[in-house]
Amino acid sequence: MNSEKIFRYLLVGSGVLMVLIAVGIVATLFVGSIPSFKEFGFGFLYSADWDPSEGRENYGALPFIIGTLLTSILALIITFPFAFSISLFLGEYFKDGVLPSFLRSVVDLLAGIPSVVYGLWGFYTLKPLVAELGLNAQGFGIFTSSVILAIMIIPYASSLGAEVISMVPGSLKEAAYSLGATRYEVVRNVIVPNAGSGIFAGYILALGRAIGETMAVTMLIGNSNEIPTGIFDLGNTMASLIANQFGEAEGLKLTALIEIGLILFVITGIVNYLGKLIMKKLSA
Amino acid sequence: MNISTEISDRKLKQRLLKDKIFTNVMIFLAFLSGVPLFLILYQLAVKGYRQFNISFFFEEAPDTMQAMIANANNEIIPGGIANGIIGTLIIVGLASLIAIPIGIICGTYLAENAEGKFAGLVRFIVDMLQGVPSIVLGVIGYIWIVKPVTNGFSALAGSVALSIMMLPSIVRSTEETLKMIPGTLKEAALSLGVPYHKVILKVILPTGISGILTGVILGISRIAGETAPLMLTALGSTVVNTDITKPTSAVPLLVWEFYNDPNLVNMIWSASLFLLLLILVLNLSAKAIAKKWKVQY
Repeated sequence: MNSEKIFRYLLVGSGVLMVLIAVGIVATLFVGSIPSFKEFGFGFLYSADWDPSEGRENYGALPFIIGTLLTSILALIITFPFAFSISLFLGEYFKDGVLPSFLRSVVDLLAGIPSVVYGLWGFYTLKPLVAELGLNAQGFGIFTSSVILAIMIIPYASSLGAEVISMVPGSLKEAAYSLGATRYEVVRNVIVPNAGSGIFAGYILALGRAIGETMAVTMLIGNSNEIPTGIFDLGNTMASLIANQFGEAEGLKLTALIEIGLILFVITGIVNYLGKLIMKKLSA
Repeated sequence: MNISTEISDRKLKQRLLKDKIFTNVMIFLAFLSGVPLFLILYQLAVKGYRQFNISFFFEEAPDTMQAMIANANNEIIPGGIANGIIGTLIIVGLASLIAIPIGIICGTYLAENAEGKFAGLVRFIVDMLQGVPSIVLGVIGYIWIVKPVTNGFSALAGSVALSIMMLPSIVRSTEETLKMIPGTLKEAALSLGVPYHKVILKVILPTGISGILTGVILGISRIAGETAPLMLTALGSTVVNTDITKPTSAVPLLVWEFYNDPNLVNMIWSASLFLLLLILVLNLSAKAIAKKWKVQY
């Protein structure tokens, strides 16, 4: 009877541990950013000045918040036609067969490539291409990072979409066909209205991925601490800033970086929560 | 009459044309998305295979001088990535050691308590943990372990960060798998008088082992290529290190170091190729397991 009890405690205990880990992460980030918050207050969020030089240290997160949102939203826009095509291809047009299972494996493998390898490919293949096209001088910048991010999030943006598209009731589609609708019209007038919110939820979750991506962005964005003036300008994201500067950081700079981590955590948390909320509404 | 049929005829043609264009564009875009994968694989294979030899797996990473001399003589850079391979084994192994038991127990808890407020909260938290950016977990590993426990960068800190990262996928796959096992199986065992914990350990978990294993392998493949959190925790090391309280290298960290050193740049392709192959093998074996040992009853 005793081991029975221990076992039950163990099960609940693992749940408690999850809660503790989550609370621990939030508390750690909060406590770590207190000195920075005391120094800069809410100005940290909208100050554009990141100056680590001794004596006139001043830190503001605005360039990185803007950089992060700009790269990830642009990535989502670029990824949309591709991810939507894959969702339609796998969820409606070709459900079984050799080609779709091939495409499915390709998408799975895209999800498996490490971020740093994407970064390398972006650096040696994509960056020269962007420079050649004359989009900006050296090929670094927001746009280049967004293209790499767009490729990286294709699997996340397309898989949920394919699933919900395949779940659109056949009777609805058949009704439209029987009225003489072409397949494109069925997609536009039946599938998209029906599966739209699920597809959208997939994009929101993919956005969450893009916001937190680090290595590939670090290698391509140019790491400038100014607010970017356009999509071909250099920039920096929150994740990339932490990766670049955390190692040598001390004192005020360290806590400022931890506060950046906290902001990043909160933003991805909100985005993921929205995605889950839409999904939940869907299944209800 | 004639004119109106002509108009509707033209309209129909237009609609059919639109449909055709849409279908073709969709197919084209869907397959275009796969092109980067093949470009990446091709680039890694062509540039990386030259370095693949025995010493690549058994020797430590070369320093800049050695690489410079080899480059000047147009030779293959000597040395390998043994410090990275062993480091990855240690860091990922330790992370799995932490995450697998906790993840499976928690997944079992969630499957056994499908409803219930606390289980709902835990489920929500696991979902949220899944979305935490890896770099943030690096910061956490730094604050929790590097500063207070190991008093410096260490493999242990890296493992803790990565274990939090792989936990959600183990929990969710365990839960999903166990939920699919029919209740009759459990009821049959319970009706024979088997105590609850033995039913779980000897009946339910073994039945779901393939799904759990798939989740575990996918979790491992998810963290094996992670670089960012390790930069803040394990840091890297030029020699093979087996002390988990000391800075340790890992294959993705080596890729990053090679990338930053102009003399060593030729090594990035082979190191990346190795990393990619490792993750590919993990993914494929996860798929094979899922296919071969589907939960059967």
